[in-house]
Amino acid sequence: MELINRLFGLLAGDPQADRAVPPTGFTARLTLLSAGAMAFLAVFALALSLATGRLADRWSAELAKTSTLRISAPQDQMDAQTRAALTVLQSTPGIAQARPLSDDEQRALLAPWFGSDLPVETLPIPQLIEIVADDTGYDATGLRARLQAEVPGAVLDDHTRWREPLVEAASRLRLLGFVSMVLIAGATAAMITLAANAALSANAQVIRVMRLVGARDIYIARAFVRRFTLRALLGAAVGTLLGTLAILLLPSTDAAGGFLTGLGFQGWHWLWPLAIPVLAALVAFVATRQAALRTLKEQS
Amino acid sequence: MIELDNVAYSYGGAELFSALNLQLAPGSFHFLTGPSGAGKTTLLKLCYGELVATSGQVRLFGQDARALNRDGVAQSRRRIGVVHQDCQFLDHLTLAENIALPLTVAGKGTAGSDMMDLLGWVGLKRQMDQFPPQLSGGERQRAALARAVIMSPEVILADEPTGNVDWEMSQRLLSLLVELNKMGKTVLIATHDISLIRAAKSQVSTRVLRLQDRRLQLAGADL
Repeated sequence: MELINRLFGLLAGDPQADRAVPPTGFTARLTLLSAGAMAFLAVFALALSLATGRLADRWSAELAKTSTLRISAPQDQMDAQTRAALTVLQSTPGIAQARPLSDDEQRALLAPWFGSDLPVETLPIPQLIEIVADDTGYDATGLRARLQAEVPGAVLDDHTRWREPLVEAASRLRLLGFVSMVLIAGATAAMITLAANAALSANAQVIRVMRLVGARDIYIARAFVRRFTLRALLGAAVGTLLGTLAILLLPSTDAAGGFLTGLGFQGWHWLWPLAIPVLAALVAFVATRQAALRTLKEQS
Repeated sequence: MIELDNVAYSYGGAELFSALNLQLAPGSFHFLTGPSGAGKTTLLKLCYGELVATSGQVRLFGQDARALNRDGVAQSRRRIGVVHQDCQFLDHLTLAENIALPLTVAGKGTAGSDMMDLLGWVGLKRQMDQFPPQLSGGERQRAALARAVIMSPEVILADEPTGNVDWEMSQRLLSLLVELNKMGKTVLIATHDISLIRAAKSQVSTRVLRLQDRRLQLAGADL
């Protein structure tokens, strides 16, 4: 809280102190540019993080509720085994719905490999039953045991085998986005520290004179900190605006399809980018303050 | 006010002076003279805390200078007005802003009328919006004096304040410093200008100290 108060006090500023320390063009441009570029990248890292988070949640939720029962049996026993399987499934607690896929649905599943005119009914392909669990879920081990006894040709696939790696991959991507943001903040701090050090060195004589007339280190530091904080805020605001526009201009969900579906912000998540300039200013404030006080201590 | 007790100062292994004692009593007027390179500027720097004595003790307003942290030194400097030999202005600020700098860094406002009075006192009203490189040597020295007194300090230290000006201007600067002393300010002027010291002696009671051969001593009666 004290840091926030200090930050607001700083932004209010002291025009006289600003006049005393002349701006250096090189460091001003470096700070603006680096803050802008980093904010632009941060918008994408944030979008990636939020999108993969949504993806992980969706996959996890959707796949956790559905499973598939595959019945492989001779053609003359297929109907009987399907009925038997449905009887078992309907009497299993935790299953909300069990439905055999129609020939058209099975044809659609195979269409990517065999084309849409595949005569499914003439081929010895297994019958698939889609299972939808209710909120409590079912006991997969118990169900497998019952099916083994009553429907020998049935194989239950509760999607765990491939759901877990997918969800883990999405979670890793979310972590990657978060780590990217931390790295971006660190790189921003490093660049602003370098720029602040350059400005302090360039103004060594100004600092000496200010000290001779009784300026305290914190007063001198504040003049530099305010300037760099405002520059970082401005640069990051522009970078964030451009980054958000770039996200807006990404291909729509339908056009992109596949993995990239939904990369961007949804709903109130569009407010998240607003935090980037504020965070950039906070990073600049802390980095410049540390650099200024350290340099002033070394120069004394 | 400012006391040096058995102070020594060495730089780069060479001892500039040693066993040096000095007391600047309130309202006193001192001259510090000696040959070039004797250490007059260094002695002044010890008096306003820019340098730290190698040994001995420097007390600024009763406090050991060595024990002061950087904020403490800054506070002490607000009670000491210094006229530097090379004036030490910020070239990007106007003359008025340079003079007001001690007030600015102390977070105090400058009343316009006070500033105009001060500029009038040193004869620089017309030049107030000019920048330091546009000023003559005499104008810079008077501006430096104005900056040194704007905080109404208790002590004024002047390092060769007449070094770059003609006789007439040096007399004018001297009369300003004498006037400040009559207002109760303690004054220490480092100079090698003997004529300036003689002129001052006719106006005010002064003590002349000579820094020579690493020792500080009272100058002879001829000064």
